[in-house]
Amino acid sequence: MRLPPQPRERIDRSQRILFTFDGKVVGGYAGDTIGSALFAHGQRIFSRSFKYHRPRGLLCCSGHCPNCLMTVDGVPNVRVCVEPIRDGAVVEPQNVWGSLERDVLSITDKIGGPFTPVGFYYRTMIRPRRLWPVYEKVLRNLAGLGRLRKDGAGHTRYDVEHRRARVLVVGGGEAGRAAALAAAALGPDVVLVDETADLVGHELEGVEVLAPARALGIWEGGLVPVVAGSVLHRFRAERIVVAAGALDQPLVFPGNDLVGVMLPGGVRRLVRDFAIAPGSRAVVIAAGEEDLEIAGELREVGVAVPEVVDLTSTPARRIEAHGRKGRVAAVSVDGRKVDCDLVVASAGRQPAYSLLAQAGARVEYDESRGIFVPTNLPAGVEAVGSVTGEDCVTVDPVRTTKGAGGDKCFVCVCEDVTTKDIARAIDEGFDSIELAKRYTTVTMGPCQGKLCQLASIRLYAQATGVGEAAVGTTTARPPWAPVELGVLAGRHFEPARRTSVHFRHEEAGARMMWAGPWKRPYAYGERPEDEVRAVHDSLGVIDVSTLGKILVEGPEAADLLERLYPNRFGDLRPGRIRYGVLTSDAGRIMDDGTVARLADDLYYVTTTSTGADSVTAWFEWWNAVWGYDAEIVNVTGALAALNLAGPRAREALGRLVDDPDVVSAESFRYLDAKALVVAGVPCLALRIGFVGELGYELHFPSPAGEHVWDRLVAEGARPFGLEPQRVLRLEKGHIIVGQDTDSESNLLSAGMQWLPKMDKDDFVGKLALEHFAERPERERLVGFRMEEDVLPVEGAQIVVEGRPAGRVTSARRSEAVGGVIGLAWLPPDRAEEGTRFEVRVDRRLVGARVAHGPFYDPAGERMRA
Amino acid sequence: MSFLLECPRCGSRPVDEFAYFGEVTRRPKGSASLRELTEYVYFRDNVAGVQREWWQHRTGCGEWFLAERDTRTNEVLAIHLPQPERAQAGGAE
Repeated sequence: MRLPPQPRERIDRSQRILFTFDGKVVGGYAGDTIGSALFAHGQRIFSRSFKYHRPRGLLCCSGHCPNCLMTVDGVPNVRVCVEPIRDGAVVEPQNVWGSLERDVLSITDKIGGPFTPVGFYYRTMIRPRRLWPVYEKVLRNLAGLGRLRKDGAGHTRYDVEHRRARVLVVGGGEAGRAAALAAAALGPDVVLVDETADLVGHELEGVEVLAPARALGIWEGGLVPVVAGSVLHRFRAERIVVAAGALDQPLVFPGNDLVGVMLPGGVRRLVRDFAIAPGSRAVVIAAGEEDLEIAGELREVGVAVPEVVDLTSTPARRIEAHGRKGRVAAVSVDGRKVDCDLVVASAGRQPAYSLLAQAGARVEYDESRGIFVPTNLPAGVEAVGSVTGEDCVTVDPVRTTKGAGGDKCFVCVCEDVTTKDIARAIDEGFDSIELAKRYTTVTMGPCQGKLCQLASIRLYAQATGVGEAAVGTTTARPPWAPVELGVLAGRHFEPARRTSVHFRHEEAGARMMWAGPWKRPYAYGERPEDEVRAVHDSLGVIDVSTLGKILVEGPEAADLLERLYPNRFGDLRPGRIRYGVLTSDAGRIMDDGTVARLADDLYYVTTTSTGADSVTAWFEWWNAVWGYDAEIVNVTGALAALNLAGPRAREALGRLVDDPDVVSAESFRYLDAKALVVAGVPCLALRIGFVGELGYELHFPSPAGEHVWDRLVAEGARPFGLEPQRVLRLEKGHIIVGQDTDSESNLLSAGMQWLPKMDKDDFVGKLALEHFAERPERERLVGFRMEEDVLPVEGAQIVVEGRPAGRVTSARRSEAVGGVIGLAWLPPDRAEEGTRFEVRVDRRLVGARVAHGPFYDPAGERMRA
Repeated sequence: MSFLLECPRCGSRPVDEFAYFGEVTRRPKGSASLRELTEYVYFRDNVAGVQREWWQHRTGCGEWFLAERDTRTNEVLAIHLPQPERAQAGGAE
């Protein structure tokens, strides 16, 4: 039922909109909210309360309280009083067992009272301990808010926008609009954020209006995240003007949560915006002029107002609402009972200071007006309008006496906390407001204290007798307004780096796996061992474009690398390659790779696949400290790299170059770096023993990736993935930094005593290595062979004489070696060749023996062939 | 942490574009006792006040620079490019 057209109504009566509520079709008008349409349709009970399952109806009608939380199109906890109506929306009540009108669980309200005091589950449901999961499950079903759809169906796409504003105004009331217009007159980039839809379609000259939108908080650097629909706008504002206004405060009296007890702002909204009479017979309990005007406004639209109480002039110590089936039927004021179906009850208005407090402002109690006001605003943040305390005053919200009897008396409607709960908490010794908050959960519900902070502080002050100023407020924390987790998570995506040959791998049926930020082939079929065999017996090719590639160039490039690496690079001749390991000054092994000298003043450094960015930053940082005349350029993404390996590598490469002689054994030796044109593409070719066979690593511009790959495959090279690569490299005893080493590993313990050149003046890690050399060794990284054909997991425990003595870091089955091989950390006295130890595999102990040196081709004849 | 930081090349940018590399340390020269080494590698002053520290505009221009930041307020009092060791020593260039 609607009233005749109201002068400022927001609904468009010519546009009917239909949606379903609990399976039934409900109609409303464009401009309605789901809540106003439901109310106009006759719905009065909107939800069931958190703990006692008491019926609840519209209270604030401004998106602050929890009373109208419903599930809309699968999204739980939507405040339907401010959610715009839309065609075909599916609206369902939540936290209900049965129906809104008959909720089976409301039994907890009748019998649960004495048995379910605040914190009862902390005390009663902890024994026996093993039953807690059962208790928890039951409690979760009884209490709580809506349900998430676990299948994730119908999820919204969320996004983030990074924006700047010269002036950002939060709050679109009179003061906020005036501030925005004044700012716009002085310059551009003024944004006004308002949580209501009131300003939609309004023109404010020079001001960008974002509404309905909610500012979540104010962080340092003028960062204000604002949610508008499914987009999070991360505003950086030079100046922030908070015009968040004031919040209607409820009165605390028995039955104050009955359906039909409303705040003045909510009543006003229903009449003025939606042309709905909120009741037929109303009692107005006002806390000042503004509230009193409600009586006249209601009478104007035909609502009888038999009783008006002004708490600023009438003491009215005791108010009590009487209900019938959860709806208010009468109210008594100091014993005088008046029948009614609407109680407009107000304790006045409290500034909505939370955003300011978060930003760093202090909050002080103003005794004379009974409100908390923000002071000492931080630089760049201003406050205008009611949020400053202007036109705000509250009366004592507590209108009951201890032990007065009657219905429950709610301080917090979100969490169903009553005056009795607060009294009990104080009796139990929770006498500070911060402790009481955590114990009773008052101010911790969906409204985040908007409606209960002041009342709980006043109750505390009265009960403890210390005064409101001493009780103080609880810490204001973001988010100030409710926000979907999806908005904070942002767009659902999983960025991956792909090499220029990526699609060839997919076409060849590769199983892709994550390798740091990259997607790489695990293997191309079900049998990685076949790919291993192809490399040993014939020819294989692996895409190693993911390796980090860094150019170091300049007159002092050699000096820089000489100081970055423990081994020597100054004496490396142009056209030659050397293995390098980077260590930190703590002596930790950080990364490894090959370093090729291309010219006197030019080096080409490769790093591990995950190390490209960190090694580049590391080089640049050290050079910022030292200042060598050398440039460091990360060319990882620009170049593709393919490693061609196997006994047939030379002949295959020979067919792809103009003159096969340039790749002959004599002219292209092991550890030579050479410029070649392969299949028409200029390449840097590195002859290295990456997987232990004769091999060439070709580095060339990424766009030619597929072309060179195709030509190599056409020459008979079988693609191999990461898993076969791991087997091949383990057969050669190569370590993987980060897999076989950790933050405790150094070059000496990892078996690379030969690598650091301690006679160099300085290198990163030298100081630590000097000390490691003097200290007794704690453990050593060695190879081993299992005595049986069982594969231990990586990380498997090593047992010596019944005690844990070490761990396996890598293990693979190798056909070429004929058994299971691996790397492990062992005590030094157990690291001698042939020493036996045991490895825990599937709860039993399996014997293994230390085996030094490469397992396969120990002399390295095959890769030097 | 959401403060704005001045990059010497790019100007004021959100701090999440930068990589923090900790307070400026003093690296022992030549050789170091175990105590000197441990102090350099592991010990930090961790002041509640103004600290000289390394930053890199990691997702921006890549520049390494020094900032003097009040660790209590995140107020950055000064930024400057590093003065390399070799330039200070009147080195080879």
